[in-house]
Amino acid sequence: MSNVNIPVRKFDAVIVGAGGAGLRAAIQLSEAGLKTAVLSKVFPTRSHTVAAQGGVSASLGNSEQDHWHWHMYDTVKGSDWLGDQDAIEYMCRKAPEVVVELEHFGMPFDRTDEGKIYQRPFGGHMSNFGEKPVRRACAAADRTGHAMLHALYQRNVRAQTQFFVEWMALDLIRDEEGQVLGVIALEMETGEVVAFHAKATIFATGGAGRIFHSSTNAFINTGDGLGMAARAGIALEDMEFWQFHPTGVAGAGVLITEGVRGEGGILRNSSNERFMERYAPNAKDLASRDVVSRAMVTEINEGRGCGPNKDFVLLDITHLDPATIMKRLPGIREISIQFAGVDPIKAPIPVVPTCHYQMGGIPTNYHGEVVNPDGSTVKGFYAAGEVACASVHGANRLGTNSLLDLLVFGKSSGDAVVQAVKKDAVAHKDLPAGFADKTLARLNRLNTQTGGTSVDETRLAMQRAMQTHCGVFRFNDKLQEGVRQILEIEKAVARTEIKDKSQVWNTARTEALELDNLIEVAKATMISAEARKESRGAHVRDDAPDTAENPNGRDDKNWHKHTLWHRDGNKLSYKPVNMTPLSVETIALKTRSY
Amino acid sequence: MTTRTMLFKIYRYDPDKDNAPYMQDISIEVDSVTDRKLLDVLVKLKAKDDTLSYRRSCREGICGSDAMNINGKNGLACLTEVKDLKEPVVLRPLPGLPVIRDLIVDMTQFFKQYHSIKPYLINDTPPPERERLQSPDDREELNGLYECILCACCSTSCPSFWWNPDKFVGPAGLLNAYRFIADTRDEATNARLDDLEDPYRLFRCHSIMNCVDVCPKGLNPTKAIGKIKEMMVRRAV
Repeated sequence: MSNVNIPVRKFDAVIVGAGGAGLRAAIQLSEAGLKTAVLSKVFPTRSHTVAAQGGVSASLGNSEQDHWHWHMYDTVKGSDWLGDQDAIEYMCRKAPEVVVELEHFGMPFDRTDEGKIYQRPFGGHMSNFGEKPVRRACAAADRTGHAMLHALYQRNVRAQTQFFVEWMALDLIRDEEGQVLGVIALEMETGEVVAFHAKATIFATGGAGRIFHSSTNAFINTGDGLGMAARAGIALEDMEFWQFHPTGVAGAGVLITEGVRGEGGILRNSSNERFMERYAPNAKDLASRDVVSRAMVTEINEGRGCGPNKDFVLLDITHLDPATIMKRLPGIREISIQFAGVDPIKAPIPVVPTCHYQMGGIPTNYHGEVVNPDGSTVKGFYAAGEVACASVHGANRLGTNSLLDLLVFGKSSGDAVVQAVKKDAVAHKDLPAGFADKTLARLNRLNTQTGGTSVDETRLAMQRAMQTHCGVFRFNDKLQEGVRQILEIEKAVARTEIKDKSQVWNTARTEALELDNLIEVAKATMISAEARKESRGAHVRDDAPDTAENPNGRDDKNWHKHTLWHRDGNKLSYKPVNMTPLSVETIALKTRSY
Repeated sequence: MTTRTMLFKIYRYDPDKDNAPYMQDISIEVDSVTDRKLLDVLVKLKAKDDTLSYRRSCREGICGSDAMNINGKNGLACLTEVKDLKEPVVLRPLPGLPVIRDLIVDMTQFFKQYHSIKPYLINDTPPPERERLQSPDDREELNGLYECILCACCSTSCPSFWWNPDKFVGPAGLLNAYRFIADTRDEATNARLDDLEDPYRLFRCHSIMNCVDVCPKGLNPTKAIGKIKEMMVRRAV
């Protein structure tokens, strides 16, 4: 097959994804005058950043004393020392600047009496190197992501950014030297396949929470950037680390922000006990997310869950002033009434840990440049936001650091691209021969497959396999069985059949193509998790228990390192954690407790 | 857990194979526990027939993707309780916009009107090093405005928007216009009012209030439009 029939469009840069990271990067590019294309599967304000609730962290100190160094310490500790300290320092130092900038863009933050940005406490946010909770989460009620995404989109309207709305990127274009030259994408309305030829490509495609059966994530969070990168030979970093958010609505999976606990909410078991006091005597309900989720599952496993099946716990805010709830948590009240059938002013909300965020992703440095296993950068390729692994979240992300991550690294990757394109003002490098062959073959297979598997059933099988074998607590035998099952399901993914053959808005085809990406993420996750024989952050396994030698089951001697999963042969390699911050002293390894 | 069979009548049209749109009767087993929202049922229907096409994303009423006409009234599928629906459940694309396929409409005109109101903060004074200050009371003015999710339920339920989608900004656009007019940090109030002082852009609103009736976020575009009109009167005298 040859690609003579594929139209090619040239841009200085192409950004894939128009959530927070993509839009923040786009502002840098558009305002610098680069010819930029921003591709998105959905209209930008429908991206999943819109669902973020509680806040974005920055040590503004608007209500009490705070410092970026304390924020950095909390982030390193939250990451269970797996985060890279250069990137973490960069992010925490930049936080006040990018949050203030966002306010200047028009973001409708809540306000203190003095008119400053309102800040609330959040899990793992402490003052003075872990001493006591601090107000660091900058919030717009409990709709911070919505307010932020709209403000970023609006700034892009002002900057006249060129959007390609409802275009799905299918594959990276990469030449023999490994340089990235753009993407091949499909216009959903017409089915047309076009090459976007660019000097720089930024992936801001978000996460892949839909590999799990129970997830707070939107339907669109299918790891498209990870799938494309893996197929193009990019190794994926730390994919065994997935955050299970403590408070998803039981049964529905919809998110209830940690900001609820920040405003004073309390988790209770079937005896009405505030059980977090036993697990985290200091931070209690505001301990780190991995710690709270494990405590909840332990309560449920030991028979202290609530409801007829004792399979959830309760999030209680009935003691709060209804006026506070209406002012600070109006969206939560709506969600709770809609999806739990409970008005939280009157009764507690049934909640259960739910897959929420991927800490791993495409390896980058803090400029958003994608890095090879040997430390060199992949020419022309950048990533930011949840798809990327800088790595600032390590083994467990702090609440509100995701919105900060996408602002900081959306901006830094945008700046890096502007610099590279302006410095290197050469013509576009030629596209390699047959660059679209594999993509067209994939589309052609979907058009002609007969006697194949169902997309819906295959996806469900994958989601169940992930949920059962790679959840909040992990077990060696289950992980091994999980690897076997996922590799089996991969064969079914290669044979998916769709009945819809239309060229116009073919959502069956979109879902099949998304499943091609999801399965790459599922493999990376399961194989990386099976191999890591220690407990760290969100990855906790029964055969790595708490011992005197390895507190919390963390084995720094053998496992203080990043995983890299290579799609080719499902091989794993490892690289060291960066323990050298940019300006301050190393935050040395320490046992983690809250 | 109880299941029952429900009958749906769904607008179908695939320009690749259909000469004209038609209404398709589909019945499906609905589970009272797992199929609480209309979107849950649509997902189930799609698993049976993958050609059924609609937009969806967050499934919690914040992204605005799955707006459609449900038993004659615009709403979000993900926030619509199945048990409250009269049968047969009639599903149509949002009215007044061109249909691309099945329940998917072409929203170009809707976004064009949104973009026409300059939906971004205009303030040419160099910003301070820190945040611009805004009192909690001034910030309060933005409540009920900034929460718009651009789902288009309101504008596509508005007869004035149906007749003049190219000239009338529509309730969603006007709500957002007022969001910036009401923002104490915005310096373009006069220019914004000038832009709307037009027989069509603003004054095609006849307070029919369909917009208020359908907004899935409980917002009130008619009230926002009233405030814009009030400001125009006030600055005229």
